[in-house]
Amino acid sequence: MSDTIPEFSKSKSGAKSGDGHEVSLTNLSAFASGPGIKSGKEVAAILAVAVIIIGGIELALRLFHVPLYIMPPPSSIAYALFDEFPLIAPHLGYTLVELVSGFAIGAVIGLILAAVITQFPFAEKIVAPYILLLVTTPMLALVPLLILRFGFGYTPRIIAVALAAGPMVMINAATGFRRVDSAKIALARSYGASTLQIFWKIRAPMALPMILVGLMIGAIFGLLTAVGAEMVGGGFGLGNRLTTYSSMIQMPQFFAVVLILSTLGILIYVLFFLIGKKWASWEA
Amino acid sequence: MNTGDAKKPKLGVQAATKIYHTASGDLLALDRCSLDVSANEIVSIVGPSGCGKTTLLWSMSGLHSLTSGEIRLDGKAITGPHPDIGIVFQEANLLPWRNLDANIRFPFEIKGEKPDRAWIAHLLNRVGLDGFGGKFPRELSGGMQQRAAIVRALALKPSVLLMDEPFGALDSFTREEMNRLVEEIWLDTKTTIVFITHSIEEAIFLSDRVVVLSARPGRVAKEYRVPFPRPRSLEIMATKEVFDLTNRIKMDIVGERTRPKAPERPSAEIVRIRP
Repeated sequence: MSDTIPEFSKSKSGAKSGDGHEVSLTNLSAFASGPGIKSGKEVAAILAVAVIIIGGIELALRLFHVPLYIMPPPSSIAYALFDEFPLIAPHLGYTLVELVSGFAIGAVIGLILAAVITQFPFAEKIVAPYILLLVTTPMLALVPLLILRFGFGYTPRIIAVALAAGPMVMINAATGFRRVDSAKIALARSYGASTLQIFWKIRAPMALPMILVGLMIGAIFGLLTAVGAEMVGGGFGLGNRLTTYSSMIQMPQFFAVVLILSTLGILIYVLFFLIGKKWASWEA
Repeated sequence: MNTGDAKKPKLGVQAATKIYHTASGDLLALDRCSLDVSANEIVSIVGPSGCGKTTLLWSMSGLHSLTSGEIRLDGKAITGPHPDIGIVFQEANLLPWRNLDANIRFPFEIKGEKPDRAWIAHLLNRVGLDGFGGKFPRELSGGMQQRAAIVRALALKPSVLLMDEPFGALDSFTREEMNRLVEEIWLDTKTTIVFITHSIEEAIFLSDRVVVLSARPGRVAKEYRVPFPRPRSLEIMATKEVFDLTNRIKMDIVGERTRPKAPERPSAEIVRIRP
């Protein structure tokens, strides 16, 4: 039998089981513990600073007669966003289709692989370098090849998004699944829990915070890749709008699209932040 | 008092030997350790740190297999976790993503049984956790967490309760409170309790018998009966008898700790051990 020596010394206080884990960019608590807004005064201050910065840019651009094609003032970007939105909206839809379907495919595969591979430490050692390769290779580089093979439709983009999101989800989820707490597993085993029960009732909930981090990073990488793939080829999507508007030197419209993309990114962040707050707040 | 010898032991440890295979060589944690616990008895196990107390307890619970020797519950050898044995772990070991109710329901979920609500409510009331069911572990003090862990362990009505340094992380006042609580629960349920601790005072206050383990590899070095009647009050802890007993046990442990590491051990069959 390969019992390990029982040890409990990892965390000094039993009260907080979240501490003792490394704080890094990929840690949920790193972004969950950001300062919350507390009072109306703070809101006012934040708004005031925003107005000063945006107003300052507007003023400076007009004062120094910066040409529109170098940097359009915020007001003209806002106007373009408002005016051009009906034309941009369908492209937002195309990008969302690519993002959501590619992300869903990549995330499901990544999660399953992470859950399976962490059960077999030896297999994990063999597979690890390839996963790292998938994580570090910019999947955008494969888009020209994918377009050659699958044409200019949704398919190459969805594949690229899945390839970008999947490994990110997998590597973070695997970190989560690897977080074994021998005392908690012993607890489950003491009641006669099966391997499957230990997975669903101990390992999965323990991994959840890291899984959420992986999903968030995966979704952001998916967005990057979707837009990049659209810029490479095919006549639709927000990335395609960027290349089109810039080739026509329609800078306010160009920045309007950039603004939409930033908003998308923030929405992804907020979505996973809220999910984390609801389901993984015990960690933070 | 001469229990244990006359009756068949509730829980029997027979020549338990445990070797851990680690990267830095084999580690002999228990060496033919034998110990009988009678029904309704509270036995504490003390010993120098690293002497194999926790290993012994995990083996008794069936969580660890023994390298040789066996554990018998009611005369039958156990080979794995047994429903009749409840465990209270170090540092409460509650699941932080579940509230108290869900934590106490956990054993029933694993077993696919319906929780015995009346019994759980009785236990929660007994340990003073009424109305805390919706709280998460991080919202509770260390003492409250450990109370919840005791309720969880007793929820399935085990006949043996193994407690692995349950109050080690608590301050001394909370610890005294918890010790009284354990005695109350014992008076209530008469559950056989094996209690591992670093605190000799705690061991004496709680136990019918205090067992001193030797330094690693662990085996029973000494045993003391604690004859005080129950329920015990904290006042007995200030008596000369307790003071003397505490000192004797302390000297045993110090002696074990400073004793040269097992060169004289005549364990012929385990010569390949590299500590």
